[in-house]
Amino acid sequence: MSENILELKEITKRFAGVEVLHAVSFTLRPGEVHALLGENGAGKSTLIKVVTGVYQADGGEIFLNGGQVHFADPSESRQAGIAAIYQELSLFPDLDVAENIYVGRQPTSAGNRIDWRKLYSSAGELLKSLGVQLDLKAKARSLSIAQKQMVEIARALSIDARILIMDEPTSSLTLNEVADLFRLVRKLRDDGTAIVFISHRLEELFEIADRVTVLRDGNYIATRQVAEVNREDLIRLMVGRTISSLYPKTEVPAGKVLLKVDKLTQVGVYENISFELRAGEILGMAGLVGAGRTEVARAIFGVEPPTSGTIAIDGREVRIHSSQQAIELGLAYIPEDRQLHGLIPPMNIVANISLPMIGSYARRGWLSDKAERTAAFNSARQMEVRANNIWQKARELSGGNQQKIVLAKWLSTKPRILIMDEPTRGIDVGTKAAVHALMSKLAGEGLAILMISSELPEVIGMSDRILVMHEGHMTGHFTRLEATQELIMSAATQAVKAGSPQ
Amino acid sequence: MSTQNLPALPARRTNVLWSIARYREAGIGLIILILVVLVTLRSPEFLTIDNFRDILLNISILVIVALAQAMVIITHGIDLSVSSMIGLVAMMVAFVVKQYPGMPMVSAILLGLALGAVLGMINGLIITYGKVPPIIATLGTLSIYRGLVFFYSGGTWINSFELPKSFKMLSKGTPLGLPNMVIYAIIVAVIVYYFLSYTRTGRSIYAVGGNPDAAAVAGIRSQRILFLVYLLAGVACGLAAVLWASRFESAQTNTALGFELQTVAAAVVGGVSISGGVGTVPGVLLGALLLGIIQNALTLVRISPFWQLAAQGLLILIAVVADNLIARRIQRSKSS
Repeated sequence: MSENILELKEITKRFAGVEVLHAVSFTLRPGEVHALLGENGAGKSTLIKVVTGVYQADGGEIFLNGGQVHFADPSESRQAGIAAIYQELSLFPDLDVAENIYVGRQPTSAGNRIDWRKLYSSAGELLKSLGVQLDLKAKARSLSIAQKQMVEIARALSIDARILIMDEPTSSLTLNEVADLFRLVRKLRDDGTAIVFISHRLEELFEIADRVTVLRDGNYIATRQVAEVNREDLIRLMVGRTISSLYPKTEVPAGKVLLKVDKLTQVGVYENISFELRAGEILGMAGLVGAGRTEVARAIFGVEPPTSGTIAIDGREVRIHSSQQAIELGLAYIPEDRQLHGLIPPMNIVANISLPMIGSYARRGWLSDKAERTAAFNSARQMEVRANNIWQKARELSGGNQQKIVLAKWLSTKPRILIMDEPTRGIDVGTKAAVHALMSKLAGEGLAILMISSELPEVIGMSDRILVMHEGHMTGHFTRLEATQELIMSAATQAVKAGSPQ
Repeated sequence: MSTQNLPALPARRTNVLWSIARYREAGIGLIILILVVLVTLRSPEFLTIDNFRDILLNISILVIVALAQAMVIITHGIDLSVSSMIGLVAMMVAFVVKQYPGMPMVSAILLGLALGAVLGMINGLIITYGKVPPIIATLGTLSIYRGLVFFYSGGTWINSFELPKSFKMLSKGTPLGLPNMVIYAIIVAVIVYYFLSYTRTGRSIYAVGGNPDAAAVAGIRSQRILFLVYLLAGVACGLAAVLWASRFESAQTNTALGFELQTVAAAVVGGVSISGGVGTVPGVLLGALLLGIIQNALTLVRISPFWQLAAQGLLILIAVVADNLIARRIQRSKSS
């Protein structure tokens, strides 16, 4: 057994006082592909960013080739031979392929003059040695994601990286591109590069990884030889926790069908999605990030119309072309990224809440201040928003209170169908409970709720029924009583060969 | 997998015209050509060597400052204070030259460069160290530097008779058949071209503007790069200031007032992207040339001076929009 090239000892990391990594340890040997596995939010990306110097650990030690190191920023870890390829790719869109590989380290000749000829010839050789065909003069902007990845890998190799970290490299690739990537990864491994491979797709781990380390809720769980484990073992390691009593969903007799979705399809994104949603019901949509759930929600809300399939509201088939129309039909959609889609951060609470209904506070084109203020105040109080006053700017509020504002905003449109995308991501436990209690109450009042969540305990605790999606397909449908974390995770990670019928 | 049928691909064109059209500068070159033809039809004296020498002479200072402005814009910044830097340095250098008429004129240029460097460094420090957005920082120094012109001069001008002949000759004369001024501009253009194309620092300017996060990961010290481009803008303004005072044989409180907009226009018309990461020296040269031609042509075809500014603005907008349309069409045919 060879020496460890990288060793992490009991790494701890806190954000704003909240510990997100609890004494996590990890070892990496030259010439191995070591997979890092865990649910969304398990701490994989944070751990990686500690290794690459994007974050600094609050506790623990990092050893590189046996010597302790401390990286203050990413350029230091790069110099030490650690290269990372992040999900958000870091190329320069307006520079060409060759220059992207060597940016900041362009070969120079006498007088520090950049030797362009040498730059292009070495870039060409490098790509050739990788077996990759790319136009060296193509701007990075014009490349596909797979091609961009190849450029990033080439860049990593050009600095003689001994350690290559790949954060979900396959998440946006086609099957063929994945095969190409894996061929390259194996080649690098055989040349002695140590590779950390993060992926949600279990089947890929069995194909490419030698060892696997599982994280859960920021804890180190286990490290195994991939050859010695099976899917079920890994799933158990990933989810093995008990559901707390945080989830107060009360049983409500389900009413009539408010929303019926039939064979909804957006080619290449999601296919044949069918379900019903009744008044008083919470339907959970589980799956991994990128499974196509958000896209389905956006289709129902008229943001990105599907290519085929039908949507019926109250039994009447509708074609929803705009969010305005969706609102009129009684739909409300609370997107995942509150900062991006749900709130206007520099505006105050009143303005944010009244935004979708702004027309109803106006008479002859003039806003009635008082009506707007009163309505906003009432809904803010109903939501128990904690703020100094209703004129406070949305961006000054905590994540939880922001989420309440978004809720207040959409509930002011009096919806009958509420779509919530990751309703409690990034908010503290207390507010989370409040949001859950509110959801339960709303369902009790006859609202139909479609909840997208990647947090299994939340899905199981809050939902009456649970749909599971995997890579654009529905791969599971459970009632609350049937559902277990193992069942859902199994459906959410199962391999569905592209193009095969359900 | 595509979700809709794209129109059939045109046969891949490989002729000379096509390979020229791949460059963004081609669009602006084309517009200049059209303009030249149109104006010549209207007033034939436009297409004469003398007139073009005039145009080049008139855009020399613009070229020097627009190239520096372009570097700033490539980093996704802007320097609005260039006009005031020119005004202030021109006034200070003129005062010194007036005091010491016997000094060698090389030292007048060096003084201008040094003073410009100081003003540029102040901008750079405010932006990198003070973390003030460039547009705000340089809007502030635009007023401050202009205010200092009044403070320094006490509101008086320095007139032609107060300046020594050697100073006034800095910008006159035609060695090599080209006006002095044009040669200065060419030297600056060559230096900037070399810097942007053949040095790591120059390439880093593009990297910082194109993707700041990636630049940090690639080990580029963005703050240093930013500081440098504002410093260089100051240096360019220092040179421009000396030439300005020499050419117009005076230093006034309103020297170069409003000039910052011309430098931005020349850069942007020349294909420098306001969102950073894109821009070339030939592009900026063509941009400045187009501006110069427009100004010259408006006079030649006797458009009332009252309308000239508006007509100039309109032509700039037309040029940029046309260039965008051309670029988009090229993009589309390339990507399909």
